[in-house]
Amino acid sequence: MTERTRVSHLLRRLTFGPTAGEVDAAVKVGFDATLRTLIRPPGPVPEPELGAEPDPKDRQARQKQAAAALRWWLGQLAAGGAAEKLTFFWHGHWATSVQKVRSGRLMLGQLATFRKYGFGDTSPLVRAMLRDPALILWLDGQKNTRRAPNENLARELMELFTLGIGAYTEADVKAGAKVLTGWRVDRKTGKSVFVDKKGADGPVTLLGRTGTFDVDDYAGLLVDHPAHLPFLAHRLWIRYASATAPSEAAVARITAAGRNASALLTALCGDPEFEGTNGTLVKQPVEWLIGATRQLGLPVPQQALADLRGLGQVPMRPPSVGGWPVGVAWLTTSATVARLRAAQRLAAAAKTEVKDPEALANLLVVDGWSDRTLAVLRGVKDPRKLLAIGLASPEYTVH
Amino acid sequence: MDTLTRRRFLIASGVTVAAGAAAYGITDLLKSAGERDPAAKVLVLVTLYGGNDGLNTLIPYGDPAYATARADLAYDPDKLLHLDDHFALNPGLTGLHQLYQRGGLAIVRGVGYPKPDRSHFRSMDIWQTAQPQRPGTTGWLGRWLDAAGGDPRLAVSFEPVLPPLLAGATSAGATVPGGKLTLPAVITPAQVEALGGPVPGESPARARAAACFADLMRVQDLMDDTIAEDDGAEDDDAPATATGGSAPPLDQQLALVARCVEAGVPTRAYSVSLGGFDLHAGGRDAQQSILARLDRPLAAFQQRMAGKGVVVAVYSEFGRRVRANASDGTDHGTASDLFLLGDGVTGGMYGEAPSLTDLDDGDLKYTVDFRDVYAALLHDVLDGDPARTLDGWGGRLEKAL
Repeated sequence: MTERTRVSHLLRRLTFGPTAGEVDAAVKVGFDATLRTLIRPPGPVPEPELGAEPDPKDRQARQKQAAAALRWWLGQLAAGGAAEKLTFFWHGHWATSVQKVRSGRLMLGQLATFRKYGFGDTSPLVRAMLRDPALILWLDGQKNTRRAPNENLARELMELFTLGIGAYTEADVKAGAKVLTGWRVDRKTGKSVFVDKKGADGPVTLLGRTGTFDVDDYAGLLVDHPAHLPFLAHRLWIRYASATAPSEAAVARITAAGRNASALLTALCGDPEFEGTNGTLVKQPVEWLIGATRQLGLPVPQQALADLRGLGQVPMRPPSVGGWPVGVAWLTTSATVARLRAAQRLAAAAKTEVKDPEALANLLVVDGWSDRTLAVLRGVKDPRKLLAIGLASPEYTVH
Repeated sequence: MDTLTRRRFLIASGVTVAAGAAAYGITDLLKSAGERDPAAKVLVLVTLYGGNDGLNTLIPYGDPAYATARADLAYDPDKLLHLDDHFALNPGLTGLHQLYQRGGLAIVRGVGYPKPDRSHFRSMDIWQTAQPQRPGTTGWLGRWLDAAGGDPRLAVSFEPVLPPLLAGATSAGATVPGGKLTLPAVITPAQVEALGGPVPGESPARARAAACFADLMRVQDLMDDTIAEDDGAEDDDAPATATGGSAPPLDQQLALVARCVEAGVPTRAYSVSLGGFDLHAGGRDAQQSILARLDRPLAAFQQRMAGKGVVVAVYSEFGRRVRANASDGTDHGTASDLFLLGDGVTGGMYGEAPSLTDLDDGDLKYTVDFRDVYAALLHDVLDGDPARTLDGWGGRLEKAL
């Protein structure tokens, strides 16, 4: 692999679609320096203007607020570089939907938590998420009482957010639900509060330890658990490297970086197996669309939301708490048509003109075209058509 | 067409694929589309995402243990749609109740699998891959599709994202959006076909991305005259739970299936879904309302499809805990009911109802392995070989189909 290919691969995975200029700059400083510069906590992020908090009963006003929050975030995804891509990773990981939370403000509050804690030790992140109003509403923490605990949040917390299947038992789910009782969301203030009298009392046995635990103790048990770091390394790998699980050796090398998201991600991108994942990862629709707008120098189009719906991924509306799929699930006949349509619109709006397949590859930061695709591109003379077909091509869709 | 000829038809389409999609032109397609063998049956698989509470779907109101375990979540027997002096259907299922009385609804009780997993995601993977020990990467309908020749037109869903169910090892079902599948002006059919060509040494994901172009050419005409434009609006009235699924409303999906069946497209298996069953809180009213959202379109669909060789199967990844939680909801459980309806279905109750008192850690013990039901569907509806698709599984649900 040439240095240009190596940094292109790194930039494609760590950001939403690098521009040719960004690749040029990265080639100059080299792979290691690029990696160091990219993985950094975000600077200050401006607060969006959402207007007055709508009446919870006013469905239309709530939807308007949620739509404004999402539009703002799409712009932020395009502007925020690697930092905002990590925020997007955490969003897909703690997959929470506005459809049940019904508040754009609370959804943005959760994203702010990812920006604040998502780059460091996972202990403060997990502690903050157990108090996160959007997550509590999403997984019925609101309804959890000591008389008969509601297991929803406790189960997904261990299965999907911190440990993974196999690392806990059904008894741990029941004990965890007891520990999480007593947290409520005050819809008026948008804050979570601990209502002591609703909380469980008495000791429980949770993940091999017996005692009287509060949420912070529970968070501690989770992040100290031997399954936590390998689980997180897998989750980072499937989003940043390949839908195929990493080797045990790679997991061991990555988790040696310790309990810190930036360190884990840095180790992942520096791992010897990372290079071999080039050309294997299907872009999530958000990555495809935001990347294309960046490379074409366009603002996020008005049409973006409808395009994303057609492609099967609307941010803030994951299909389930399990988040979005990875891999070939995105590669469908209907998504192929949706991608062609979106590509046609993007190409029509683009100010840039490319005249041949080589210039197209450079603009879209594609390492090269296969003979199949090259044969098609060579036959296209119209620059807009060339651009559109490039954006919909297998080589651009799978990076 | 007899069974043998029908199989030859399926194999023939597969051979065309293997010979290279580029050689298979749009004109050939127009000739073959719209010509489903009238004798070939069609399977419509309805997935209920989130874990439907089977105990409040087919309700054992005659068992005193039901009211004891469910307290505020139990129904007053007067409110129920009675089937006999022991069982009744949820009040939301009026259409299915009538169908049962006419002998057209088969209810399989206690359906599950060994060592039940209470994770939505693992359990749904198990149901969709039909591999309880270790769910793999192919769905059971995807493997059937591989065996039937891999023509994507044979297995169709209306979601933008492929359900694992329809993913085969060498092929994948087609996902068709609500709108028309017409190509945008920016590309010609010849270019689409060319982009579908294989490249040696390509990564499997990139090869699949290319294959989608080839599949697209074959699917395009399938839906062209069948489907109206989709308005693309979010369904915000749908009950929201954390395991919602992302499909269009069920009535829309079933309307698309009905139009395809009526148009005689070659599709043999459709995957449709309804989400919102993960009712950890406020369960009874919410479940009744969502069951009604299942019942109305399903009953209408059944009437419209009568005599057209369509069989519908309705399942969820698991049932709920026998005992309610304090938020008038239920947590994740195990065995549940499965519905079969349509042409050739012999109504009635099948399988043994699980005991409400002899429990597996608070959950029902399953009495029927779900692979028995799949085997019957594969053999009697899809003309497939159950053992080949179900890793050698030898059981079969008898008499219902």
